[in-house]
Parts: sequence; C-alpha cells; structure tokens
Amino acid sequence: MLKEGNIRIPSGCAISGIIDKSGAVFSGQIIADSIATMHDRSNGLGGGFAAYGIYPDFKEHYAFHMFYDDAKAKQDTEDLLKANFVIAYEEKIPTRKTQSIKNAPLIHRYFVLPKLEVLNASEMNDEDFIVKFIFNVNKNIDGAYIFSSGKNMGVFKAVGYPEDVAEFYKLETYNGYMWTAHGRFPTNTPGWWGGAHPFNLLNISVVHNGELSSYDTNRKYLEEFGYSCTLMTDTEVAAYIFDLLLRKHKLPVTLAAKVIASPLWNQVERLSPKERELYYNLKIIYSKALLNGPFSIIVTYDNGFIAINDRIKLRPLTAASQGDMIYVASEESAIRRVCKNPDKVWIPKGGEPVIAEIEQQNISEIYDKKEVTA
Amino acid sequence: MSLNYLTPEFKVLRDYDRCINCKVCMRQCANEVHSYDEDLDKMIADDYKCVNCQRCVVMCPTHALTIIKHPQVFRENANWTYDAIRDIYRQAETGGVLLSAMGNDRPYPIYWDKMVINASQVTNPSIDPLREPMELKIFIGRKPDKIELDENLNVKTKMPPQLKLNFPIMFSAMSYGSISYNAHASLARAAKELGIYYNTGEGGLHKDFRKYGENTIVQVASGRFGVDREYLKTAAAVEIKIGQGAKPGIGGHLPGEKVSEDISETRMIPVGSDAISPAPHHDIYSIEDLSQLIYSLKEATDYKKPVGVKIAAVNNVAAIASGIARAGADYIAIDGFRGGTGAAPKRIRDNVGIPIEFAIASVDSRLRSEGIRHTISLVAAGSIRNSADIIKAIALGADAVYIGSAALIAIGCHMCQQCNTGKCNWGIATQDPNLVKRLNPEIGYKRLINLITAWGHEIQEMLGGMGINDIESLKGNRLMLRGIGMTQKELDILGILAAGE
Amino acid sequence: MKKVYAKEEVCVGCKLCEVYCITSHSKYKDVLKAYKLDSTRPAPRIIIEEERPISFSLQCRHCDDAPCVKACITGAMQKDPETGVVTCDTDKCVGCWTCVLVCSFGAIVRDLNNKIASKCDLCAETGEPACVKNCPNEALVFTEGGI
Repeated sequence: MLKEGNIRIPSGCAISGIIDKSGAVFSGQIIADSIATMHDRSNGLGGGFAAYGIYPDFKEHYAFHMFYDDAKAKQDTEDLLKANFVIAYEEKIPTRKTQSIKNAPLIHRYFVLPKLEVLNASEMNDEDFIVKFIFNVNKNIDGAYIFSSGKNMGVFKAVGYPEDVAEFYKLETYNGYMWTAHGRFPTNTPGWWGGAHPFNLLNISVVHNGELSSYDTNRKYLEEFGYSCTLMTDTEVAAYIFDLLLRKHKLPVTLAAKVIASPLWNQVERLSPKERELYYNLKIIYSKALLNGPFSIIVTYDNGFIAINDRIKLRPLTAASQGDMIYVASEESAIRRVCKNPDKVWIPKGGEPVIAEIEQQNISEIYDKKEVTA
Repeated sequence: MSLNYLTPEFKVLRDYDRCINCKVCMRQCANEVHSYDEDLDKMIADDYKCVNCQRCVVMCPTHALTIIKHPQVFRENANWTYDAIRDIYRQAETGGVLLSAMGNDRPYPIYWDKMVINASQVTNPSIDPLREPMELKIFIGRKPDKIELDENLNVKTKMPPQLKLNFPIMFSAMSYGSISYNAHASLARAAKELGIYYNTGEGGLHKDFRKYGENTIVQVASGRFGVDREYLKTAAAVEIKIGQGAKPGIGGHLPGEKVSEDISETRMIPVGSDAISPAPHHDIYSIEDLSQLIYSLKEATDYKKPVGVKIAAVNNVAAIASGIARAGADYIAIDGFRGGTGAAPKRIRDNVGIPIEFAIASVDSRLRSEGIRHTISLVAAGSIRNSADIIKAIALGADAVYIGSAALIAIGCHMCQQCNTGKCNWGIATQDPNLVKRLNPEIGYKRLINLITAWGHEIQEMLGGMGINDIESLKGNRLMLRGIGMTQKELDILGILAAGE
Repeated sequence: MKKVYAKEEVCVGCKLCEVYCITSHSKYKDVLKAYKLDSTRPAPRIIIEEERPISFSLQCRHCDDAPCVKACITGAMQKDPETGVVTCDTDKCVGCWTCVLVCSFGAIVRDLNNKIASKCDLCAETGEPACVKNCPNEALVFTEGGI
C-alpha cells in the first residue's frame, strides 16, 4: 500500500486555535485540553500542535524540526545541513514514553542560520534559500522530513490522538502566545507522522479540516511558482498558497482570505467601483488559488492567525473572545472547555475570516520586554 | 458517357401506404432526389443523388420516408473496404483530389469516451447547483503573475484586456462563405444574449453584424479577407488563424461561384473570384514573424483587445504553443484533428493532426513546466460534442472550448458532410438564397441559447457533484478524471490515473 | 383583428401549409386519412406564390369592406360583424365564382371537387390556423396589426 505522499488521502478533522493578543505566553496544556474535547472528531491517526513564541532564546534562528526514519537519513541530512548552515544548537526533541504513541521516528531539532557564503552564492534571499533547502531534503533524502522551519515557533505532531501527542512532546512545558491544534480522521489506515497536521513552512502553519476539490488545480498553480507539493495533502497546498500570497506577493491577510474564499461575481458586481476593481483583479489573477470544497482552516503566521471557512461554509467553525484572548475551534465545546465564560461567541459566515493579531507590531520587542519583566 | 462504377450510398424507402403525393420532399431536396411521376401518379426517388441529409424525412407530414444505408455490398474484404474502393472509382473518374467536409469521421479512438469524471461521496459534500451558487464565468486573456497594490489597496496592476465569458464555451471560427448569412446571424445573436463570443472565421465581418461586435472575435488568416480598420475596431478580440484541425498545413479555397455580391463586399474581393487562403501566412515563416504580427495587431487595436492565435493540433504542438505564448499571444486556440470544416481534402482531413485530448494535456503540461501556464489562456477545439467533453477538456487544462459542429447541429445540421457542395438543405453551409432562407435566425439563435444553457446546467451539476462551485477550480484538475481502456503511455500523456487507482 | 401574415424571407416554399389546411378542413382532421380516404377532400385555402427564391403564402385578408361579400349572389359570403372573419356558407354557395372574380388578392379558390368557393376561415373552430401551427420555419404568424 502506498505511503502518504505518494497517494492523496482525504480526511476529516478537529481544529482549535488560541491567541493572546497582548503577546503574553501561556502553556501548551490549554490548547491540549481544548482539542481533547473533540476526541471523537479524530481517529488516532494524526494529531499535532503549532506553537509560537516558544523559543525566545533562539528567536533569530530558524528552528528545524526533523523526523528521521533511520540513522542514515539523519547522517545524510546533517551533512547537508552543515554544508549550508551554521547550527547554533541542536538536540533530540524531548519526549516522554506514553502508551498510545508508538513507532516514533528519530525526532530532532536544529536552530540554524544559513552560511553567508553559501547564501550569497545562491543569490537568493534567506527565506527562499530555506524553502529550497526544505524542498530538497523532503524530496530527495529518503526517510528525512523537515516538518517545522519557522523562527521562534515550532510544530509538534505524531500519529495518535492530539491529547496523547501533547503528552508525548511534554507540551505543558512550553509557553507560547499563540497555539493551534489538530486532530485527524484520515480515511486510510497506516498514518504517517509527516502527514499529521499542522503543516508548516517558515513561519506559516496550517491546521485544516476539509477536503479540497480544487487540490490538483491549486497544486499545479503552485508548481508554476516553484513549490513542490510532496505530501499530496490539502493542508500542504493551503500552506503554500498562504506563503505565496503573504510572503511572496505581500498581500495583506484580509485579501489573502478573499483569494482563498473569493466573493462570488454577483457579489463583486454590487461593490463600490474601487472595491470592484480590486476584486476583479484579485479574482482573475488568483482564480486558481481559490480553495474549493469544504474546509475550515486556521493559518498562523508571525503575529497572528486567520481562521476561515470555505465560502459556502461546509465545515464547522466557531469563534469566541474574552479580553485579549481569541479562540477558534471546530466546536464551541472546545472553546468552553478552556474559557468558561467568553465575552462573545460567534459563528463566522462562509468566507468571512476571523483575524486575530498581536497588537504590538514587533514580536521580538514583546519578548525583550517579557525577559525584562521576568 | 462511360459507365459510372459507383452504386448509390443510400436507399430511399418510401411507404406508399403513407405517401400522399404532397411533394414536400421534392420541393425540399436540393439534390433533386424526389420527383413526381405523372404516369404512375407516384412520388419516386433517385437513390444515386441522396446524401442522407434527412431534410425530406423530417419534413414529410406523414412520416412516409426512411433513408437507409444502401444494402449493396462489395465482396467482404477487411482490407479493401467500401470507402477504399469507392474513393478509387471517384478519383479514376474525375482525376481530382477528393473533397470532404465536417470533421474526420474515421474510427480513431475517441479519448473523451475513455475518460470518466469523479464525484464526491461522504468525505466531501457534493453541491446542489439549484440551491448553492455555482460559477461558470471565466476570463480569456493574458494574466499578470501577481497583483500590485499601493498602501491604500488601490490596484496598481495593469490588467491586460480580457474577454468575459458567462459560459466556458465559444462558437468556433466559421466564415461567412463557408456558412450562410442566416447561420452567422444565429451565432452572433446567440453569443450576445449568452454573454459569450462567436468567431467570424476568415471571411470578414458582414456590415449587418457589426452591432454584435462586443461578442465577436475576428480572424486574421492567411488570405487577410475583410481585414480593415473597421473590422479590427468593431471586434472584441482578434485571432490570428495559423491552422485548422480539419486541414493542418493547407490553406482554403472558396470557389468563385460562392462569392456573391454580399460575400464579395464582406471579404473585399471581386464578385465571382476564387477566395484563396494560402497554406502559410506569407509574412509568417517563423515564430518571430508571428510575434511581429501579434504586436502589429495589438498596436492597431491600441492594446485594448486580446490577440489570440489558433493552430491545428500537430505532433509538436506543445513546443509550438510555448513559442506562441512567448511571442505575446493572449490566448492560444488549439484545434484537434476531428475539427470540422466547410471543405477539406479527404486524405488530409482523415490523416493529418492529433487528437485534441492529447494536445490540451501536453500543451498545458508544457506551459506549466515552464511556469507560464497561468499567464495565458488555452481554448480547446475539435469536436466537443457535449457538456461532459467540456468538463474533461477543462480538467485536462483548457480554459474554455470552441464549438463548431455542435453549434451547427443545434441549428439543423445532420452531418451529411456535403458542405463543400454548397447544397446544404438546412440552409447552413450554402449561399443559395433558396436554401439560406430555410434557416430562420429567429429559431436558430434560440436553439443555440437552449443548447448552451442546457450544457451550462449540466456542467454545474457535474461540478457540484465533484464538490466544486467554481469552474476555475476545475482547470487542470486532472485528479477529477480517470482513464478506462488506455495504455499506460496514453494515461501518462493525459496525466491521469486509471479508473480504480 | 388577428390575421395570418407571411414572412417571405423565411418561407421555404415547402407547401406544408397547404397540406395542413386541407387536413384541417377535411372531415378526418388527419393528414393520412384526409388524403387517402376523404372523397370530398377540400381544396387548400392557402396558396403558395413563388418565384424562387421568393415564396410566400397567400390567404384571405378578411378585408374590412370585403368585395366578395358584396358580390356574392346568394349571400353565402358573410363577414362576421364581431370577429371580422369572412366566411363562405357552403350550404348557400352555388359555385358561380363571382367572388373569385372580384377578389383583388386572388385569395379565393375554386373547390372543383365540391363545386364551392373555398377560402380561409382562420380555422375559427380551433382557434389557431393550422397553417401557422404547422409551418416548419415560423414563416407564418397569427397576430394583431401586422408584422
């Protein structure tokens, strides 16, 4: 039977996301409790978390989280890493033995910066350099997989129920200002650690509940811009589309939302002339970046997240706020579990994003302050 | 006169119990098959002249007529087939190139019919187009790589000119000359009402149809018939015709007897003169010459109109299309080897070119691998027979399709393949005023609207079944297709999996 | 009043209007039976005039001041004061052909089979003239006030 990455596997899911807009950090236990509430939305074949603000000591370094099937994959990857990067620190990612998480690969993390001479020779900016490196490792080194690559953030995922994954990775020991979680219900049996969510590229991570009917259209569009979709998952495609729109094409996140869940033509025709021109251009230029099919999705980036449904809302998504905290989840229960009395609870309409961002502009400043006060 | 070796192709069966001698059949047959014999007081038929256009069958008020394939056979021979022998008789008698019309009718595989379409079950809800929005609108033209905005979200991108289509369907190029005034009137009016486009073909634009300019694509072909300032100004887009699926590599010839006063004015040639389209454009002997013509036409239209290029699907179509994209065309129309025609040498119609299914797939793949597919539009032509063919064409990578034969069938064509004779009993492929008036444009345009509207509904249903609510999300979505009964090589070229995979 | 008008530009000259006119006025109301069985088969009351490529159908114009009504020697030809339809009462008609002589359109036909003057009655019984209903190219329209 083909492994994930060689075949496309639809799956249903649970998602949850929490951010403290003040930038204050909180423990991973909270998100773990939230996603655990939706146990029945996943089937134990994939769970994971994305955490932002967890590596203040290495906040300028790219944090690579790796899965290795064997020592050879590790050796090959490290040879390549050392040739291209200065490694500030590396270690096995701490885990605890749990009953339900089995067959773990080697899990390692590296805090790295590209070697200047290699970067200069490549004539790329460092982000493009990193992306190319990731694609190279994931595609060409058998048994090696970089599943997290952002700065001051990390993804933790495994084959198992999300609450077990949190226990396995000791997430209660990490503190972050923004967390997302995912519980997976794939329609295949083996499950693969790399196939679990969140999916990450640089600082963009995606948790996603849905199935993209437009998968092949989206994938081919992305390939024209140099992306290599190795996993054959919808989440991977969604992440790259956000990377293209936000990082490469510098679209504001509000408009990126209107690309992936674009307004209908008859809605565009009713807009003001200025907006009409904007959406006319957006829809025509990015027609193949429309995510079509049922989905609810949380995309996290440097300083916040966007949670959004497909434009006819074929999957669940609820949002709530209390003070500086913004919560989004597949089910309201997952929010109430960790926030008893929210100020406001609402169900976003199809295609209407919930955008929550840290109010201070500069994330590194927040952490400088935190360190002073601590 | 020596003996004619040919036997009749068809047999007219008349049920004399039903024939009332009303002579409607006689009056309707331009081939003079039917006549009334006073001595016998009976209608009689000359099977030799019958082309099986079925005008008489449909018009007969008592349904007394049936046309069948003539039972006369040659001694069975798998090699020397009926057609093979008859073609030799015809050429031995005339010494001429065999002429034929409409598309390649040989039993080559039809790859549309070897592909099946996906639908959602459980993991992904199908969408009911009667309850949910379902978008079919598309734009044809060159697209920028990205949007550029200023800090106030004003659009800085200069969007190149686009054709807006309410359905991913256009009417193929069919010239005034090859088809009648009333056929053009039907196509033009239907295109306008539907919010799509029709194509004048290479025969110029009749002055009466300038009012449909916003829905008109005008062709600039090797004969340059009818091209003047007004022609370019009136149109919504300009298409350079390099080739045509029914006769790749050769030109066209409208015989002088069809060049009436009206056609002469429209084509800008003398009455009664042969209208000859050379095989190549004599100012395009290479890709850079094409680029020059593309930009000449863009200059002439102030860069306000898309300029497309139509080519026939041939062996090297992917590389040629890539060259056309880089030469500055806004869209590429590719016409497969089953594409129709008003007249083509039979050997060329039946043997030159490749199937459109392969051409779309390989051109789409090639342009994607070069990272330029999203910048240009691709129109597939050459025997699109129904809405499922359209779904398959778009999933393989087309942005839209051209329909020619299907549109003519909608207004009465019965595929008798005699367009070249000019005796079209349905008033379509003829300039005989007696016959032209048989096509009432008031009826014709409504039938075309019905056809496209019906196909639109079917496309919406199939999209909804796939869990898609925008035709854009079907483009190049080859995972929605599976192949049946194809070799691995064929599947690979089409870029699809086998059913069950 | 509603009358039948011909669109010359799309009349294909097939004469199906004549076939259906005969059928409509035959006692059988069926094409096959009207032609095969009706011994008193009526003449068509619609006439195709043609000089190719021009062709069009001609039938009674139901004139306001109809000469045929005035000229009729037996009072068979009558104009209905309400509907305006001019009809020939075949029981009264003696076949003198005076009406044929005076009709400026040539729209009255001599039905030699039945020895009566035969003319369009707009298929008053059925509501829509059979010629209009069965014209294959919509070259006949039944409408108010001309086309």
